[in-house]
Amino acid sequence: MKAMNIVNAINDALDIKLKEDKNIVVYGEDTGFEGGVFRVTEGLQKKYGAERVFDSPLAESGIAGTAVGMAVAGLRPVIEMQFCGFIYPAFNQIISHITRYHNRSRGRYRMPIVIRLPYGGGINALEHHSESMEAIFAHIPGLKVVVPSTPHDAKGLLISAIESDDPVLFLEPKRIYRAIKQEVSEEKFSVPIGKAKVLSQGTDVTVVAYGAMIREVQKAMVMAKEAGYSVELIDLRTIYPLDKETITASVKKTGRIIFVGEEPRSFGVGSEIMALANEEAFLHLEAPPKRVAAFDVIVPYPRGEHHYMITPEKIFYEIERTVKF
Amino acid sequence: MFDQFDPADDKMLQVIDNNGKVIDKERMPQLSDDELLKLYRDMLFVRTLDFMIVSYQRQGRVYTYPPNYGQEAIGVAAGAVLRHDDWLVPAFREMGAWLAKGVTMKDIFMFNMGFEDGMRFNEANHVLPFSVPIASQLLHAAGIGYAVKYQKKDEVTIAFVGDGGTSEGDFHEALNFAGVWKVPVIFVVQNNQYAISVPVKMQTASLNMAIKSKAYGIQGLKVDGNDIFAMLAAFRYAHEYARKEQQAVLIEAVTYRKGAHTTSDDPTKYRTAEEEKEWDRKDPLRRMKLFLEKKKLWSDAEEERITEEYKKEIDRQFLETEQSVKYPLEDAFKYMYAVMPQDLRDQQIEHEKFLQWKNGRK
Repeated sequence: MKAMNIVNAINDALDIKLKEDKNIVVYGEDTGFEGGVFRVTEGLQKKYGAERVFDSPLAESGIAGTAVGMAVAGLRPVIEMQFCGFIYPAFNQIISHITRYHNRSRGRYRMPIVIRLPYGGGINALEHHSESMEAIFAHIPGLKVVVPSTPHDAKGLLISAIESDDPVLFLEPKRIYRAIKQEVSEEKFSVPIGKAKVLSQGTDVTVVAYGAMIREVQKAMVMAKEAGYSVELIDLRTIYPLDKETITASVKKTGRIIFVGEEPRSFGVGSEIMALANEEAFLHLEAPPKRVAAFDVIVPYPRGEHHYMITPEKIFYEIERTVKF
Repeated sequence: MFDQFDPADDKMLQVIDNNGKVIDKERMPQLSDDELLKLYRDMLFVRTLDFMIVSYQRQGRVYTYPPNYGQEAIGVAAGAVLRHDDWLVPAFREMGAWLAKGVTMKDIFMFNMGFEDGMRFNEANHVLPFSVPIASQLLHAAGIGYAVKYQKKDEVTIAFVGDGGTSEGDFHEALNFAGVWKVPVIFVVQNNQYAISVPVKMQTASLNMAIKSKAYGIQGLKVDGNDIFAMLAAFRYAHEYARKEQQAVLIEAVTYRKGAHTTSDDPTKYRTAEEEKEWDRKDPLRRMKLFLEKKKLWSDAEEERITEEYKKEIDRQFLETEQSVKYPLEDAFKYMYAVMPQDLRDQQIEHEKFLQWKNGRK
């Protein structure tokens, strides 16, 4: 075991897989020599050479599009998009090719591509550096979308993602990159894609969250406990494919469900969770399912970001309203 | 050859003239009579197959189809240099190259009849599916180039795009990546003068398409795309260069789309009969036929006989394909993922239950 933050854990997962499989290549903007703007890939080029861990030209479509060709020719590329807000030039390659090649070639060409994507707000950044647009990607048939909230899960999920023969969008909650340290095994292990985790058992209300929001919910839960509410917290870990069983079982037990996310509220991951609760647990509901998500606005610049970000108080406020409904 | 045909001088490689006369003996590829005849027959086959598919479309037996008419020399010449392990990254108008790589008529028919199965290319090695989003496929070629170089394999990639595709950002990114990475990829711009209705002069202010190579630090060559010998000479040279030097090349093949963009298009709306007539003189089959007739290797009678033979075989295989295809519900689901998520399986099961109910009502 070793104390790791999320950055260390991702680096460790890449290290293990690079050592194990020569078909893996890691590239993106600043990903090679410098180790990425967040230093997630630091030291890997030195260890595995500039043919396997390298800087690409500054072009997101180029990064994603060349990964398609590499995958067709037998490699397993792990590509980095520097920030969520910069992924859009690559969107066409993702929605038109990465997620379609297996189907288009009737199974002949697999797309074992991992797209690493630091996402989310709360870091006082410039425009385009704070988005949380995972729902756009979860909506694309052919893609898997995962998001860890702990160093342990970051390592285990990334190993699963790299070993997946299907393309995986690997969201990295950059706000908590270095915020949490945890004892993580230095051995290889994996966390399965498609399995949520019940972080706390409770009886009054189910809260579903993921990524950097888990910590905020946990803070709200301290307040909820003081107020006498028993909260069941589910860390989604995978957005698509959604672990419907875990969510459904929980909401059937508690009768109430709240989604907490920093994404724009409408047509989002939260909307899908609400639909699930209604479709699968309608008769068990004792209060309307509730989304605690961001406004449908562009993430404000740093001086206004506090209006946008979901706070523990806001989560507690909605927990109380839902339980007392 | 790159020095003598510097795109900055706007010179175009041409081996035979419009009357089939060799005007560049030095660059005329060495070909036996059998090889010459094969090249011509391959072009004739593409033209015949192309006409047949258009007529099937008119009969409502296939969906929208983009004809190759007038551009046959380019695909056939590419097909003549592509080795078994070389990669073909198609756009959608280079049928001669697909066939040479082992794509079957049945594949082509199935695809045009509306079945993804036609893009599995079971009998072909290293052919990517056709790419509809313009120019996006060029990046795949650059990626393949990187992979084969990394794997130390001796495999060259030929990737196609049209003149309109050169305006796309992915064209720039692909050539830029290929230039930086120094990969053995030949990018071919089939400059057929129109992107649907938009003439090439509205796509670029560049002197020609080949000159764009200079911006990426790679070699470029402008070639008469309706001259099968010039195309073959260019591909042979570029192929050897790409392999030996581990470098990308940009070839502009100057041609003319004699047919419509697709069967849904009417070119009479945006171009003149005079222009079409002018390009008829440069038709790639006509030019090679005149060359072969001078050598007494070909005749109208032979052409008629073999065309009939082709038509019969094409029609036989088309009927066979038409009778064998089916699209079960599961085919819409089963290739979405290498490992299908349970949720997707559930969606299929749910629909099957509906179908059971529906069938029970009758």
